[in-house]
Amino acid sequence: MSEERPNHDGRWTDTAPGPAQRGSADVTDLPAFTERSLGLVIDLDTCVGCHACVVACKGWNTEHYGAPLADSDAYGANPVGSFLNRVHSFEVQPDGDAPARLVHFPKSCLHCEDAPCVTVCPTGASYKRSEDGIVLVNESDCIGCGLCAWACPYGAREMDLVEGVMKKCTLCVDRIYNENLPEEDREPACVRTCPTGARHFGDLSDPSSDVSKLVAERGGIELMPEQDTKPVNRYLPPRGKDGELDVLAPFLEPVAEEPKGFMAWLDSALERL
Amino acid sequence: MHPAKSIILFTTLSGLGFGFLAFLCVGPSPVTGWGAVAGFASGLALAGAGLMASAFHLGHPERALKAFTQWRSSWLSREGWLACATLAVTGANAAFAVFAGIRVPPLAWLGAVLCVITLTATSMIYAQLKTVPRWNHWTTTALFLLLAFCGGALLSAMTWTAVTLLAGTGLVQCYAWRIGDSRLRASGTTSATATGLGGSGAVRSFEPPHTGDSYLTREMIHVIARRHSRKLRRTAFLLSFLLPVALLSAASAYGQAIWAAAICAHVAGVFVLRWLFFAEAEHVVGFYYGRR
Ligand code: SF4
Ligand code: SF4
Repeated sequence: MSEERPNHDGRWTDTAPGPAQRGSADVTDLPAFTERSLGLVIDLDTCVGCHACVVACKGWNTEHYGAPLADSDAYGANPVGSFLNRVHSFEVQPDGDAPARLVHFPKSCLHCEDAPCVTVCPTGASYKRSEDGIVLVNESDCIGCGLCAWACPYGAREMDLVEGVMKKCTLCVDRIYNENLPEEDREPACVRTCPTGARHFGDLSDPSSDVSKLVAERGGIELMPEQDTKPVNRYLPPRGKDGELDVLAPFLEPVAEEPKGFMAWLDSALERL
Repeated sequence: MHPAKSIILFTTLSGLGFGFLAFLCVGPSPVTGWGAVAGFASGLALAGAGLMASAFHLGHPERALKAFTQWRSSWLSREGWLACATLAVTGANAAFAVFAGIRVPPLAWLGAVLCVITLTATSMIYAQLKTVPRWNHWTTTALFLLLAFCGGALLSAMTWTAVTLLAGTGLVQCYAWRIGDSRLRASGTTSATATGLGGSGAVRSFEPPHTGDSYLTREMIHVIARRHSRKLRRTAFLLSFLLPVALLSAASAYGQAIWAAAICAHVAGVFVLRWLFFAEAEHVVGFYYGRR
C-alpha cells in the first residue's frame, strides 16, 4: 500500500529542500553551525489540552512525507500507533493548601542543537540540517535499530511498527517551504491548527524574531537542561493565578444585597414560619 | 528498558565468543591441532551467532550494511567494524594454528586486543546513553569486559584465572547494582526538570497522552517483572559467580563434567544478568509518564 505513495521513499514531489536533496554530507556528525534555528515555542498558559495539534500532525504526516504513521488494532482492545506529537497533562500542586493546577503539555521533537539522536545513528539516516537546524530521518537509510529513540531524553522519536523505520517531527518541512500552499499555510500543521494559538513557529536564533521576543518576554524555558541537548524549542511557563479567580465575577455580583418590596415581605414571612 | 531477546542473545553470545577468542589467541594453553579447531570454531561461532541475533532487532535488516558508514560518530557503527575486523584477524590466526600448526604472536596479540576493543565498543552503545543513567557509568564497560573474560577463562579451562575473575567480577557486579540504584536520582533529571514546572509546586503526571500503550512506554518504560528483580539478582549471582567458583574448587577431583556444569551455570547466569541489565534500566522519558 505504501508503494503507491508518491513520496514514500523520501523523494519530494512538490516541495523545496528535503532529505533526498541534501548534499553529500551523509554524516551523523552535527553541523558546527546552523544558519537558522527553526523551532516551536509552546505556551503552557494558553494550551487547553484539546489534542487538535496531535490530530493535525498525524493527518498531515500520514498523507505526506515518508511512511504513513501506522496504527494497529485501532478499534480493538489494545490500540497502538505512531504519533509525532503528543499532549501530556500534569498536575502541579503548590505548597500549602492552594488548589492544584492542571497544565496541558504538548511534546514533540525539540530539534536540539546537540542532538544525541543524530550522533548515535549508525547509518547517517538521522541528521541535522545546517541551513535551518531541523532534525530529520532519511527513511530509506534507516535500519530501524531504535538507538536514536533511546538517545532522545524527551521521547520524541517513535518506531513505526508497520514500516520498521524511525518517525519523528519534521517541523513540517514539506509545508514551511512549500510554494504550492497558500502563504498562511506555510507553517507546521500543529501551529496552523491550534485553536488557542498556543504554538508559535519561527527562527529562535534570530533575537528579533517574534518567537525570540516571546521567549524573552515570558521567560521561556528549556526542558531537561541537565541532559545537555540544547533544545531549540522553548516552553512558556503558565502565568501565576491572580487573586481574581474569574474576570467575569464582578459582573455577576448580586445587584441587591437586601430584598425590597414583595421579596422583603416574603423573606420576613418565611423567617417567621 | 524493554529486555529484547535479540539484544540479550547478541550481547551474551558475542561477549562469550570474543572473550573466548581473546583467551585462545594469547592464553597459555597450546592451541594447535584438534583443540584449536574445536576452540576457534566455537569462539567464532559464538561471536558470529551473537552478531546475527542482533540483526533480528532491526526493522530493516536488509539495509544492515549501511550501519558501517558512520564510524566517525556512532558507537554502533564502530562496533560493526570492530566485530568484523576481530572475526577476520582471529579467523586468520585460527587458520595458522589449525592448518599450519604454528603460532603467529603478532597476529594473535592483534586478535586479542581487537576482542577487547570490540567488547568495549559494544558496551559503549549502552554506556554512552545519558538518557539511561544506570548505564551511563564505567561499571557498564567494566562488566561487559569482565563477564566476557570470565566466560573465556571458563571455556579455556584455566581454573585459577577463572576463579579469580569470577570473584572479582562478582564484586564489581555488586558495586554496579549498588551504584546503579542511585544513578537515576544522581542524574538530576526529575519530573520538575522534564516539564520546567517545578518552580510552582510538585509536578505529577495527571493524565498520559494516550490511553493504551505506545512504542515509548513499551520500549523505554518496562516495569513488568521489575518487582522480581531482587530475587533475580540473587539467582543470577548464584548461577554466574558462586556456583561456578564452588564447582571449580572441586573440578580437579571430578574432571570434565564439573567444567561443563560450571560453564552452563555461568552462561545461564549471564543471560539473567543481561535480562536485568535491560529490565532494570530506567529511561528519563519515564518522568513524562510518572513511571520509571
Ligand atoms: S528532541 Fe529528541 S529527537 Fe528531537 S533533536 Fe532532541 S534528542 Fe533528537
Ligand atoms: S533507528 Fe534509523 S534513524 Fe534511528 S539510529 Fe537506527 S538507523 Fe538511525
